[in-house]
Amino acid sequence: MKILVCISHVPDTTSKINFTDGDSKFDTNGVQFVINPNDEFGLTRAMWFKEKQGATVDIINVGGPETEPTLRKALAIGADTAIRINTAPKDGFQVAKELAKVASEGNYDLIICGRESIDYNGGMVPGILAGMLKANFINTCIGLEIEGDKATAIREIDGGKETLTASLPLVIGGQKGLVEESDLKIPNMRGIMQARKKPLNVVEPTGAEAATNAVKFEKPAPKGEVKLVDPENLDQLIDLLHNEAKVI
Amino acid sequence: MSVLVYTESEDGKFKKGALEAASYAKGIAEAMSTSLTAITFNAQDTSELGTYGVDKVLSVSNDKLKNFNAEAYADAIKQAAEKEASKVVVLDQSANGKYIAPLVAFNLEAGYASNVVALPESTSPFQVKRTAFTNKAFNFTEITTDVKVIGLSKNAFGLKESESAATVEAFEPQLSAEDFTVNVDSVDKAKDKVTIADAEIVVSGGRGLKGPENWGMIEEMADILGAATACSKPVSDMGWRPHSEHVGQTGKPVASNLYIAVGISGAIQHLAGINAAKTKVVINNDPEAPFFKAADYGVVGDAFEVVPKLNEKLKEFKAKNA
Repeated sequence: MKILVCISHVPDTTSKINFTDGDSKFDTNGVQFVINPNDEFGLTRAMWFKEKQGATVDIINVGGPETEPTLRKALAIGADTAIRINTAPKDGFQVAKELAKVASEGNYDLIICGRESIDYNGGMVPGILAGMLKANFINTCIGLEIEGDKATAIREIDGGKETLTASLPLVIGGQKGLVEESDLKIPNMRGIMQARKKPLNVVEPTGAEAATNAVKFEKPAPKGEVKLVDPENLDQLIDLLHNEAKVI
Repeated sequence: MSVLVYTESEDGKFKKGALEAASYAKGIAEAMSTSLTAITFNAQDTSELGTYGVDKVLSVSNDKLKNFNAEAYADAIKQAAEKEASKVVVLDQSANGKYIAPLVAFNLEAGYASNVVALPESTSPFQVKRTAFTNKAFNFTEITTDVKVIGLSKNAFGLKESESAATVEAFEPQLSAEDFTVNVDSVDKAKDKVTIADAEIVVSGGRGLKGPENWGMIEEMADILGAATACSKPVSDMGWRPHSEHVGQTGKPVASNLYIAVGISGAIQHLAGINAAKTKVVINNDPEAPFFKAADYGVVGDAFEVVPKLNEKLKEFKAKNA
């Protein structure tokens, strides 16, 4: 089984979010970048398929050279080969188009993406990529088993979950639940040393165009001061929720 | 030209998110001086849609579509959009809406903006405001394709009535075997339980509750308020509560009218996920907990004393205001 894991290079979840150039660009100054958490759950599941079912695992990112440390980390976790498509994408549509070319040439059985990146939250790459590849697609995937060319997946739905079956090739939009948080691997020294020697192939882009354009950013208005209620006077809280906030 | 909205139904009835999406799509239709068409799948009574501005309903009745099927729904929506010459397609951001929106975008070669929170700033160029960085920022996105797909954030726009008399037309999309290659084997869904996605009120517990055996008072509060229960990430990681209750950056987003956090300190990742809730209440014994900076109302006190008392008072309030 050939697996491709799509890796987004995103600011650490604790990052302070600021913008530069007249609020038109994300300010990367002082920001630590990591593997997108939704992708990391998928990568770890891919490692399970590698260990238990002999899968090969390639990872891919569409981005500039600054994303290579993130790809090396994924290699240190255990992926076999990294591919970087050398362009700074403007939106998920462009990312999906660039991925589609490499993915179709690679004849992958399973393509694992995160349900969304935690930076732009576009939530479109896995679905559009599946469409382009004419592959099956399962989103918000929280469980995945593969037997032969059949996949059994669990999808999170509003208020529950459902079990689906589909044949390969399959694209998933994964998230926590694919593996537990405690199963996530921290690269060890051996993995880090090996990762230095693993291939990281840089591929030139096809020149696919974006369908959207992020014009500018804005930070939420600062929050007003919290109103504290005395624990001995909870009637006041109910009064505030009923008469002021009008939410009960 | 028209605007098309996918109005999701469950057991034949429209979900609130669907009616919000219709209200919003009507706003776009008005801005573009055109009409609003809705597509429904196996909905029983479509007259409600007129109340939220729908001019025409394309009603699909098909036994094969009884279970949600992303590929088939997306194909049908594409065909509806082509039939109606729709330039804008609106979906709400339910789990199913998020599943089909990128497929619809692919089918229509349309740019897709998710998590949109307001009517377009302008329709030419077509620019919308959406959340990004998991609610830590807003992003103004211009969609440059001829057809645009919009995913409307929950509870961002609200319901707006604008009486139209919706005409109903039976619509039979041409579906092929290729639309049915992903199949649902079983659905595991709690009946009669409010979901985090659809809840007006969410009551959430954190590590401050010390153990899963102490969740009775959280569930009781949720019962009294007709709320959904949720939890912080450490709580789900420790297995005190199921993952499906985890709200935050890597869990579920919350956009309810009221969010009550009990024993949750308010890590930046948690706050990002619940930031879209309109009113936030925190109950925590540590006055330095970061949540107090993000909340509208706060009670500094021991949850084990405050919550049972509050529950009694909420019961009295509900009895009086029933």
